[in-house]
Amino acid sequence: MTAQQPESRGAAVSAPVLELDDVHVRYGGSHILQGVSFEVAATGVTALLGRNGVGKTTTLKAIIGLAPRSGRIMLRGSEIQTMATSRIVRSGIGYVPEDREVFGGLTVDENLRLVAPDQGADAPVVGRLFPDLVTRRGQRAGTLSGGQQQMVSLARVLLRENALLLVDEPTKGLAPKLVTEVADVLAEVARTRPVLLVEQNLPLVRRIADRVVVLDAGAVVHRGAAADLVADVDLTRELLGVSMRREGAA
Amino acid sequence: MSDLVLLIVTGLGLGALYFIAASGLSLIYGLMGVLNFAHGAFITAGAYAAWLTMGALPAGWPVVLRLLVGVLVAVCVGAVVGRVVEVVLIRPLYRHHIQQVLVTVGLSLAGVAAAQGIWGSDPRAVESPAWIGGTTDMLGARLPDDRFVYVLVAGVLFVGLLALLHLTRLGLVIRAGVENRTMVEALGIDVHRTFTVVFALGGAAAALAGALYSQYAGAVSPAQGGSLLIYAFIVVVIGGMGSLTGTAVAAVAVGLVQQLANYYAATGVGDLSVVLLLALVLLLRPTSLKGATA
Repeated sequence: MTAQQPESRGAAVSAPVLELDDVHVRYGGSHILQGVSFEVAATGVTALLGRNGVGKTTTLKAIIGLAPRSGRIMLRGSEIQTMATSRIVRSGIGYVPEDREVFGGLTVDENLRLVAPDQGADAPVVGRLFPDLVTRRGQRAGTLSGGQQQMVSLARVLLRENALLLVDEPTKGLAPKLVTEVADVLAEVARTRPVLLVEQNLPLVRRIADRVVVLDAGAVVHRGAAADLVADVDLTRELLGVSMRREGAA
Repeated sequence: MSDLVLLIVTGLGLGALYFIAASGLSLIYGLMGVLNFAHGAFITAGAYAAWLTMGALPAGWPVVLRLLVGVLVAVCVGAVVGRVVEVVLIRPLYRHHIQQVLVTVGLSLAGVAAAQGIWGSDPRAVESPAWIGGTTDMLGARLPDDRFVYVLVAGVLFVGLLALLHLTRLGLVIRAGVENRTMVEALGIDVHRTFTVVFALGGAAAALAGALYSQYAGAVSPAQGGSLLIYAFIVVVIGGMGSLTGTAVAAVAVGLVQQLANYYAATGVGDLSVVLLLALVLLLRPTSLKGATA
């Protein structure tokens, strides 16, 4: 593991909202997470980085209870690792999965009413952050573009007063203009609640993340300030196998 | 012409029974992924519950009133049996599909054996209101009245289930769960509670089918549920697991094909033609008629 970096921006001064302690995930004969431990600060964006297949998505699924796991996971000081997924979510964790996973056969409004039965697309937060969804409220979510589906997926978790949002590759497969729109929304959201973000897009990480946790082969290999990591070309290349100079804009 | 009218009406009546039996099966599989071979036992339970209730009510009551009470009791029994089976046998086995199949097949066999042990293997005659055995002249054909009852009940059930699916929160969760059960849980919704309700609904619909099918057959017998279940499975596969509209369309198609083939080809060819219809749909539309859209 590389030396821990001092956190230069948005440093966690209060108790962490989420703590993972020696979390393991095994699928069949594969040991995917091998003792992952880190904390998510109570404010700002913590980015979970790493090469493809190192266990980033599995880490989010372990937190939310969608992957069989062992170890300790604490949300605001309370253990949640034995809870069912639905109870974890009701405890205050919102989950935006990779590939959006909206309900394609339901309308936009119905997708939102699953979380907020009395409001749906009428919720103020939807009108403020996703005005396009309000106008498309009667449209089946399966007929929306990828960016619009991502907005539905984000809007769903914002309808509940969550203590933490887990967001898995929200810009994956989106056009550059939509990447910027999603980044704007995430930056806005992160002002009011902490976000644990899995993302491959380093310019986006540089723009909105305060802290980074880097995984490799199912274990944490680096923790520190996001600005320090993305400023260090050699470290970025060593940990992620990419260079900021070759990345596009967020 | 009168023959064709008769065949269409009787085919629709048969299709209506298939739909009532298959609707719960379709919802249970669509939402929960449970291939419920015990559905036939639910059908049989409904048939016997109605028969026993009718027999236990005062003989002085009109038959139609005793039948209505019997059907009502059968529906309640089906709902309770469905709920108990889900909580006790199915819930511990979610994500263990092979074990689910074994348990539901075992329950189906045990149900038949229990009915045989208690009431014997022979069919027991059921009472029917006189008008159910009567006919109505229409378009030159003498149409059996009971078929209109089955079509009416199936229509009410279809509309009721559609209203449940599209106008209630439970229905919204069911439709979402049919698409992506994991994501429903990830939105904080206790999908297991919904599973129990759907299983109870499926049990109630199966029991209703059993009570009506015993009127159609004029008797109850231990194997009745199993024979109706075969057609229910065919209907669900053709119509699409979890698709209520697909199930309704498939049920009508199966009922009509069966009746027409039996008349225009030869007796017994109806069953074969249903299997051929199933094969044809699977070859041309492997995802079934309606996919998985409720």
